[in-house]
Amino acid sequence: MSTKRKLILDSNLLEITVSRLCHQLLEVHENFENTVILGLQPRGIFLAQMIHARLESEVGKKINLGFLDTTFYRDDFRRRQTPAKANTTKVDFIIESKNVVVIDDVLFTGRSVRAALDAMMAFGRPNKVELLVLMDRKYTRDLPIAADYVGKEVNTIESQRVLVELEAQGFKKNKIWLINTEN
Amino acid sequence: MSQLSQKHLLGIKDITRKDIELIFETASNFKEVIYRPIKKVPSLRDITIANVFFENSTRTRLSFELAEKRLSADVVNFSSSTSSVKKGETLLDTVNNILAMKVDMVVMRHSSPGAPHFLSRNIGANIINAGDGTHEHPTQALLDTFSIQEKCGHLEGLKVAIIGDILHSRVAISNILALKKLGAEVMVCGPITLLPKNIALLGVQVELDVQKALNWCDVANILRIQLERQQIKYFPSLREYSLYYGINKKLLENLNKEITIMHPGPINRGVELNSDVADSEHSIILDQVENGVAVRMAVLYLLAGIN
Repeated sequence: MSTKRKLILDSNLLEITVSRLCHQLLEVHENFENTVILGLQPRGIFLAQMIHARLESEVGKKINLGFLDTTFYRDDFRRRQTPAKANTTKVDFIIESKNVVVIDDVLFTGRSVRAALDAMMAFGRPNKVELLVLMDRKYTRDLPIAADYVGKEVNTIESQRVLVELEAQGFKKNKIWLINTEN
Repeated sequence: MSQLSQKHLLGIKDITRKDIELIFETASNFKEVIYRPIKKVPSLRDITIANVFFENSTRTRLSFELAEKRLSADVVNFSSSTSSVKKGETLLDTVNNILAMKVDMVVMRHSSPGAPHFLSRNIGANIINAGDGTHEHPTQALLDTFSIQEKCGHLEGLKVAIIGDILHSRVAISNILALKKLGAEVMVCGPITLLPKNIALLGVQVELDVQKALNWCDVANILRIQLERQQIKYFPSLREYSLYYGINKKLLENLNKEITIMHPGPINRGVELNSDVADSEHSIILDQVENGVAVRMAVLYLLAGIN
């Protein structure tokens, strides 16, 4: 089995992309008075933290940031070989009547987002929910789910993977790869 | 991604340290869930669980039932006092009949040691031992050790004394096994008649003087005198037991350190534990009960996840 990887987003470009996403968010949510941010575990939280830090310095006040784990809401429990390992959920604010921006690194089948919507409802009934993803894999969706803010769209087939390496995760440089795992 | 090494939870004896650590990690996540406005997750929505109790229970049964319901499982309850067991049905027949109604997991308490092990060899469903006679009570040991870890931050090298009726206690055996697997030091303490003959073979210290045991330990787990299992007299009177082995505030004040007090319940106040200790800031008895639900959710979730 051969593995080929292609760099699709490097550090400089990522900087520009994240900056653009932040400004798009500010355009819609202005001063984030009634908006909270939820990063999806395990990998969406790093992007969420990056965006959150930038937004706070732009707005000049505290914005609520939470981490949401969707493990217990997944639809593949007992259908996969081993159960997925749970991560910490940390939502110490009320999302009732709030606008929520859900952040994940890669949008693939849409099943994690479906689970996240379910998980989120355990914390109240939000006013409006939006989805922000760094990488949107086109043509791979299993469910009718679309992102409101997209860092970059990539055309992929099922055997490919999108690998996000962020400095916050312990990598040397921010890099996003497209990996071929075809025979 | 990881899973338990066993399909059933029959006893602490059969599981590994890694299993226990996975259960703890999952339990911490469930503990967060039960503090949410909506304390329910849909994980086990396609699973039916039978709680089969051949022996009385309040806490364990309630705790299991709550854990099952918070995981969205369908739950059926069975207690032997109101069932056909009274008409002479065998254990295997009773359980097979329950399973014929398409039950996926069985939580069982039985007065005979080994009853869940026997079942696990004969039926396909996952089995969780909720106490088998004087043998094991694995979920109690898991919630006890989880509570100690939560309170003290670690278990490795911690000194835990188990005080009281060790001879009739399944909680004691499961606790000793779990604590040893997690690297804690264990001492048992009680009147000589209530200590099993070869208990030291489990790698525990044996102490008859309760004051010495309290001086030695960081955590004291106080056990109930199980009068219902005692066929003969093991000590002259409850009053005398209480005088020599009852834990009261004065005993704790004589120590030059603070220790944590635990009890698996039900407490016989004034016998093994005085109210001035049970309700004091040293006691984590109610935390144990709270953690019980989270730990049982973790066990059910992890066992159900095994294909």
